[in-house]
Amino acid sequence: MAHIVQEEKKGSKKRPKKGEAFVDMTPMVDLMSLLITFFMLTAAFSKPKVMEIILPEKIRKDEKVEPPKIADSRTLNIILGPDDKVYWYPGKADPEVTVLQETDFSATGIRQVLLDRNRALFRKIDQFEKDVISGKINIRQDSVRSAISQLKKDDDTGPIVLIKAYKTAKYKNFVDIIDEMSIVGIARYIFTDIDWIEENLVVDALNRAAAAPSGSAQ
Amino acid sequence: MPKVKLGAKSPRIDMTPMVDLFTLLLTFFILTATFRPQETAPVDTPFSVSEKPMMDANVMTVLIAKDNRIFFNVDNGPDTILKYRPKILAEMGKRYNIEFTEDELRLFEKTGTAVGVPIQDMKKYLSTKDSDEKIALEKGVPIDSADNQLSYWILFARQINPAINTMIKGDADVDFPVVREVLDILQDKMVNRFNLITNLRAVQITEEQIAE
Repeated sequence: MAHIVQEEKKGSKKRPKKGEAFVDMTPMVDLMSLLITFFMLTAAFSKPKVMEIILPEKIRKDEKVEPPKIADSRTLNIILGPDDKVYWYPGKADPEVTVLQETDFSATGIRQVLLDRNRALFRKIDQFEKDVISGKINIRQDSVRSAISQLKKDDDTGPIVLIKAYKTAKYKNFVDIIDEMSIVGIARYIFTDIDWIEENLVVDALNRAAAAPSGSAQ
Repeated sequence: MPKVKLGAKSPRIDMTPMVDLFTLLLTFFILTATFRPQETAPVDTPFSVSEKPMMDANVMTVLIAKDNRIFFNVDNGPDTILKYRPKILAEMGKRYNIEFTEDELRLFEKTGTAVGVPIQDMKKYLSTKDSDEKIALEKGVPIDSADNQLSYWILFARQINPAINTMIKGDADVDFPVVREVLDILQDKMVNRFNLITNLRAVQITEEQIAE
């Protein structure tokens, strides 16, 4: 892009040219556009996202606080297993009766299980969001979230999900399951420690899967 | 009609306004850019649908690396004058009877890297220039019950900056019991609200799934 400055020969008069000091700015512009591109890209993509979780306060040993009672019929227990497996069972664990159902983190896995139980609330939230977009419900944008959390609070049909992790579960599974809760719009979920009954159930399930020839393992 | 004569000279474009604008933009982006300190250990965060962006200031981060080492990081607060980092380190030194010099505190303030050494090795870590030696020293912050340094880091960070937010940046493949241990330590220090650092992913639920 460099200019070829053609010298003008005009006789023998040697006169300094007026106001024609021309600096070739092309390299400078090149460099600057490069730098701008660099800074713009790094500014836009460097921000990671966060996911907020709130755990219930620990009950201290010297305090005499009854843990909250919840109805067995509404509880759904989810156990994070090894190799991205998810086990679930409804109600209360009974070493004689309870059989763990095995599923995974795919769209038809644990999400379908949760959605089946939470359909009423999910529809309500979905309909509410659609109404807001189409303008049927006139609500300020910043109060949409609190309206949804109010919907969740008022819900009394959806499951109460207890999430537990087997010792070989990965951190990724923990994030994934909380993620599923927000995707499906579960109103009430809690993270608790796994107990020995459930640990045995997982070991049984793993043994069963190992004993069965691969392919028909279900 | 006279012929229009094209000049032999190539036309000159006056680039001055463009350069002016570029300089302005460049200055703006340079000033707003926040340079992330070099990561001490590579951490591949898991994916989630959460769209909440991370806070800029008042952040303490517990990093859990792939090999189960724990790192701890705090920032200097919303304004650099606040100098939270050296204050927290000084408190840590007091607890473990280690006197940090003014230079060491300043060095700790300037390098925003995460702490991955036991506090006893901190002096050696700050004085060494060799990066291989530094990596060798990074054994992770001790979290076992005999010498739970992470809990003191959390305690002092919260004492010095009460508005601090807690972040957990774990590698996707970290074993869950390690994470559980970190969560327990945080809960012992009455931190019940955490932010897990994740990458964004998109998920959609189809109409059929709802209707079924």
